[in-house]
Amino acid sequence: MSTVYVPLETAAVSLGADEVAAALADSATVVRNGSWGMSWLEPLVEVDVGGERIAYGPVTPDDVDELLGAGLLEGGEHRLRLGPVTDIPYLAQQERWTFRRCGLIDPLSLAQYEAEGGFAGLKKAFDVGPRATIETVKTSGLRGRGGAGFPTGIKWQTVADADGDQKYVACNADEGDSGTFSDRILMECDPFTLIEGMLIAGFATGATKGYVYLRSEYPLAKRIFAEALEIARSAGWLGDDTGGSGFAFDIDLHVGAGSYICGEETAMLESLEGKAGVIRYKPPLPAIEGLFGKPTVVNNVVTLGSVPDILAKGGEAYAALGVGRSCGTLAFQLAGNIRRGGLVEAAFGITLRELIEDFGGGTASGRPLRAVQVGGPLGAYFSSAQLDTPLDYEAFVALDAMIGHGGIVVFDDTVDMAEQARFAMEFCAIESCGKCTPCRIGSVRGVEVIERIVANENRDENLTLLKDLCDTMADGSLCAMGGLTPYPVRSALKYFPEDFTR
Amino acid sequence: MATKYDAAIAGEIIGRHGARPELLVQILHDFMDRYGCITDEAVRQLARELNLSRAEVHGVVSFYHDFRREPAGRHIVKICQAESCQAMGSRQLTAHAEKKLGVALEGTTGDSGITLEPVYCLGNCACSPAIMIDDRVFGRVDAKRFDGLVAALDGADV
Ligand SMILES: Cc1cc2nc3c(=O)[nH]c(=O)nc-3n(C[C@H](O)[C@H](O)[C@H](O)COP(=O)(O)O)c2cc1C
Ligand code: SF4
Ligand code: FES
Repeated sequence: MSTVYVPLETAAVSLGADEVAAALADSATVVRNGSWGMSWLEPLVEVDVGGERIAYGPVTPDDVDELLGAGLLEGGEHRLRLGPVTDIPYLAQQERWTFRRCGLIDPLSLAQYEAEGGFAGLKKAFDVGPRATIETVKTSGLRGRGGAGFPTGIKWQTVADADGDQKYVACNADEGDSGTFSDRILMECDPFTLIEGMLIAGFATGATKGYVYLRSEYPLAKRIFAEALEIARSAGWLGDDTGGSGFAFDIDLHVGAGSYICGEETAMLESLEGKAGVIRYKPPLPAIEGLFGKPTVVNNVVTLGSVPDILAKGGEAYAALGVGRSCGTLAFQLAGNIRRGGLVEAAFGITLRELIEDFGGGTASGRPLRAVQVGGPLGAYFSSAQLDTPLDYEAFVALDAMIGHGGIVVFDDTVDMAEQARFAMEFCAIESCGKCTPCRIGSVRGVEVIERIVANENRDENLTLLKDLCDTMADGSLCAMGGLTPYPVRSALKYFPEDFTR
Repeated sequence: MATKYDAAIAGEIIGRHGARPELLVQILHDFMDRYGCITDEAVRQLARELNLSRAEVHGVVSFYHDFRREPAGRHIVKICQAESCQAMGSRQLTAHAEKKLGVALEGTTGDSGITLEPVYCLGNCACSPAIMIDDRVFGRVDAKRFDGLVAALDGADV
């Protein structure tokens, strides 16, 4: 029987991949691979034709009979035929590093993982020892992909140097930002990469226990990752003697409970301790006093997932990609009103225009693009005049913006930016942990003030009030939830003032 | 489907995780799966077995959106309200759903069939607007697709 590949990944499944797989089951051997991240083509079906994988997409369950009739299993012609999957320009033009196995392999096959270079990074770490491992991560220039962009090697060094009878690695898989799904894709499509990254982090810092804090909105990622942990454990990659190295490390999977603020690292630690996700004062840094008061590496999924190949290929190879102090690649996520939404891993320095127009193909509606929000709900809005901005941490900071977790959400000209600003405040009010007043009260006031501006009640006074409120929140909030909510609001006011005075 | 609270089985669930306070959130998830909500009885038992005060347990239950004190309908339909889905018409989809089901967000239909809820991102933003029905995510949901999905739910009277 021919082999066909049908992704077992949330976006593909959300568009009917399970039904497509079922419809093909009688005619071919169906492998549930991961997704390549080309969500706009999902469900993307591939057929193995003499060792080459020919892609068809997007395939709905209703297309299956017609496709089989057209000779799908021999790679036959059809309007949905896309040719060899790796020749699709959207994929061919990426610089895949962290996500290079996504789509290619069966996510739960350790044999395929190892055949594609899996565990080479961990073995290298075991060979060179903890100190040289941290040096390699420092050389790579890798910065945290969860949002703050803090240098990973320095964080690891702090944990390695801290005193503690017990240390932890806590992986942040809370991925709450709208417009982001790269953590989910890595965990669903190549989960062993995250496990390997956590093992390396543990080995480098002397931590013997890892936790993954996964948001509850990701049931499929939970299922796949939990299974991957079992498989890794049975094969000896987790446990008392990982990979026969003598290094003991194991990982527990914890599921969040629908709280955005639990993505902030100290709230996440509280939640991992079974408590409400209320922010902790910093200092002490989690690297010194983290989970259960012990030194803890807190890293995002993509940060940890980038480490195995940094070890395998060398820090310099990673640092050679990117621009300035933004080294390596980022998995950008194209979302919102965009024709070709999906995951694009590319070196830093690529512009918003290249991502949105060349990869994304412009708006899905075909209407003019008006605004782009980068970096999630706390990220600034860009206007269509700013699309030549390069994706570079420092260039974004200079514009009072942030790259965050790399989510790019496109809006067409039907967007009402006063409503978007109101939503930013409302979201902060809903998700605030409540610990400090500027955020807890300020966000509620922010919603009211924007509503008054829109209703033309004392508009000038209220606009001044809104700006003051933004300053108070930005300067007086304890964490970045209240501290950054002003960014989308201020950018909406600055670049789209007409929407507030209609 | 939710079952009636049973202290012995609840005790087994706690025992399976380990009666440690740091596992409270994980245990609450299992309670939600089994009982559909966190009752006063559950709060009392959790407090007793995990050596916490009832106020502490209650504080955790009320902090998280996932935990409810009252049972929901037989199906929970969550419509994503976050920015990417907004850009693809989630506000209009929400208005349609409210009209179709005859309830506002956070409400439950009269026959207890469906509870309609907001959610902030399902990680399916490349296929917005997205919704979740029980544990399944659906992408590119327009009014027509919504109606079809909801009509297919057992016990749904819409
Ligand atoms: C409100 C808020 C939400 C956050 N959500 C996430 C998240 O969902 N995932 C994440 O990795 N980091 C999130 N962060 C950043 C974390 O606090 C922290 O910087 C990160 O997990 C550190 O890992 P990294 O250095 O690998 O990025 C959030 C921060 C704030 C203030
Ligand atoms: S800024 Fe908001 S989320 Fe952060 S500590 Fe203050 S109240 Fe909590
Ligand atoms: S914003 Fe709706 S799925 Fe992400």
